[in-house]
Amino acid sequence: MTGSRPPRLTASERARRAARGGASRSVPAPLLAPALVAAGFLALPLAGLIIRAPWSSLGTALTGSDATQALVLSLWTASVATAISLVIGVPLAWALARGSFPGQRLLRALTTLPLVLPPVVGGVALLLAFGRTGLIGRYLDSWFGLTIPFSPVAVVMAETFVAMPFLVITVEGALRSADQGFEEAAATLGATRMTVFRRVTVPMIAPSLGAGAVLCWARALGEFGATITFAGSFPGRTETMPIAVYYAMETDPDAAIALSLVLLFVSVVVLVSLRDRWVRGGSSP
Amino acid sequence: MTDNSGGGLIVDAEVSRGDFTLTVCLAAAPGQVVGILGPNGAGKSTLLSALAGLTPVAAGRITLAGQVLDDASTGAFVEAAGRPVGFVFQNYRLFPHLNVADNVAFSPRARGLGKRAAQAAASHWLGRLGLTGLAGRKPGDLSGGQAQRVALARALAGQPALLLLDEPLSALDAGTRLDVQTELKRHLTGFQGPCLLVTHDPLEALVLADRLLVLENGRIVQEGSPAQVARRPATEYVAKLVGLNLYAGRADGPLVTLSGGAALTVPDHGVHGDVLVAIRPSALIVSSQRPQATSARNTWQARIAGLTLLADRVRLELDGQPPALADVTPAAVAELSLSPGSLVWVTTKATDLEVYPRADGQAG
Repeated sequence: MTGSRPPRLTASERARRAARGGASRSVPAPLLAPALVAAGFLALPLAGLIIRAPWSSLGTALTGSDATQALVLSLWTASVATAISLVIGVPLAWALARGSFPGQRLLRALTTLPLVLPPVVGGVALLLAFGRTGLIGRYLDSWFGLTIPFSPVAVVMAETFVAMPFLVITVEGALRSADQGFEEAAATLGATRMTVFRRVTVPMIAPSLGAGAVLCWARALGEFGATITFAGSFPGRTETMPIAVYYAMETDPDAAIALSLVLLFVSVVVLVSLRDRWVRGGSSP
Repeated sequence: MTDNSGGGLIVDAEVSRGDFTLTVCLAAAPGQVVGILGPNGAGKSTLLSALAGLTPVAAGRITLAGQVLDDASTGAFVEAAGRPVGFVFQNYRLFPHLNVADNVAFSPRARGLGKRAAQAAASHWLGRLGLTGLAGRKPGDLSGGQAQRVALARALAGQPALLLLDEPLSALDAGTRLDVQTELKRHLTGFQGPCLLVTHDPLEALVLADRLLVLENGRIVQEGSPAQVARRPATEYVAKLVGLNLYAGRADGPLVTLSGGAALTVPDHGVHGDVLVAIRPSALIVSSQRPQATSARNTWQARIAGLTLLADRVRLELDGQPPALADVTPAAVAELSLSPGSLVWVTTKATDLEVYPRADGQAG
């Protein structure tokens, strides 16, 4: 035992443990290295984006392209897609979590399918259903003269198709784990099924609802494959930010970086502003 | 069944939950508090759940104030939301996202009152239960006793015709329980309709209930006034709750032969057939030697299996024919040097034994 130093605890660690309790919280060495690799892998590309950004000519790069148009289009279509997902996706989540009907399992599988489906395939499917010669699109065209593909409506539809499952599975999980005792209590207090849903169920799953909506919105904002397949890329009409970035990469890399920075900035702002209210709220009662 | 119950509750039903079946036949008059006493899994909560409309009956029917709430033979069923029932749940189930006032206003609002009328109704009940100062608090910021009162106010604000309380005091710590119990007694007295109170605490049942109903394994095993139940328990479970020794046996005039083989001399009331004998632990006299020339009619030898210190006395667990619990003073334990394993003599006077006929199907 000669030469070995007695184990020690730094003063700051001593204070931390005294305040919060608990034993050592140091990360075990075999976990530390992979964790650092993962952190670096996630952080470095973003750092590259920021370092390589043409900060001095950022203004011209942005105004010189259709950036503003694309950003506005992206923001409103993602927001509308999220709103639609809330209106129709939450009832679907409720039906999946609480209902009991034939084909429920199949419907659940179908709901989660867009999560694993390549978005381009989703776009093709949408085209086959709502295209001018599509299953439904054919009648929309001949009866009402409505053409959906390659319009802002198509952008919203593509985004909803891809993003809504994020909301549905989040809300469905929350509904499953919610304490149904409160709903029973509401029923004994005279509340109809709809009142229970509106005044008890929804407020109690609000944190998950918010988290699901944020996920859905973020996914819609970043949507590329289904959108470009089903809605195309007409500047000002259907060219969303990700599509604008993709095309700018070929012609004007500086503009692409600038556009990417804008998307990054918007995402971070949304995440940070909603984090305390919704995303973290999921763990508090 | 003819209905002359007025605003009362009549239940004659079977309720099934999985393999478990609850069979009850009970009537509760308006203003009466019926205590439902029973061990865990006896079916107490199942009964309340059926009354509230959260579980339909498998057979029979439930009638409240002449209105059929559930009838398995005709298929009639009033949904939970349509029943004039107030339910105070075991853990209160106050809506965590609503403040106290909105929790209490929930039922008036759900039952069709406008927002302002519902708020007025809520503030009336908050005032009656002394909660006005807490109106703006969230349930998470209430003490156990306060939450209990809010739950009661919330149930009463819907102006129910039947009040159900599921272990209303079990979530409270011992210190506040007594205060809340006294207060609850006052509010229950003011309630016009029948009230069912589920508990597994005998003291709570004795204090709060006008009538007791003991449930075991899905059946009613005893029914009567709290005093009757406390004096003449029908089952081992009730006897344990009220702290009595209970023996089943056959009476033949002054002699009762117990199922274990021993015999007890009892006052001769001319009772014959299956009886129960109840003895208070304090009515047993414990001696270290065989008592000579005593007026006590019953004497037997027993071995001490255990000693437990209760507030001011020591409870002896006696292994003998019959086995018994006996209460002695700590001083007696010291003087007789009683310890686990010692042999003692137990005596009791015939007049200290409560002998009563055993109803059918009740185990001793």
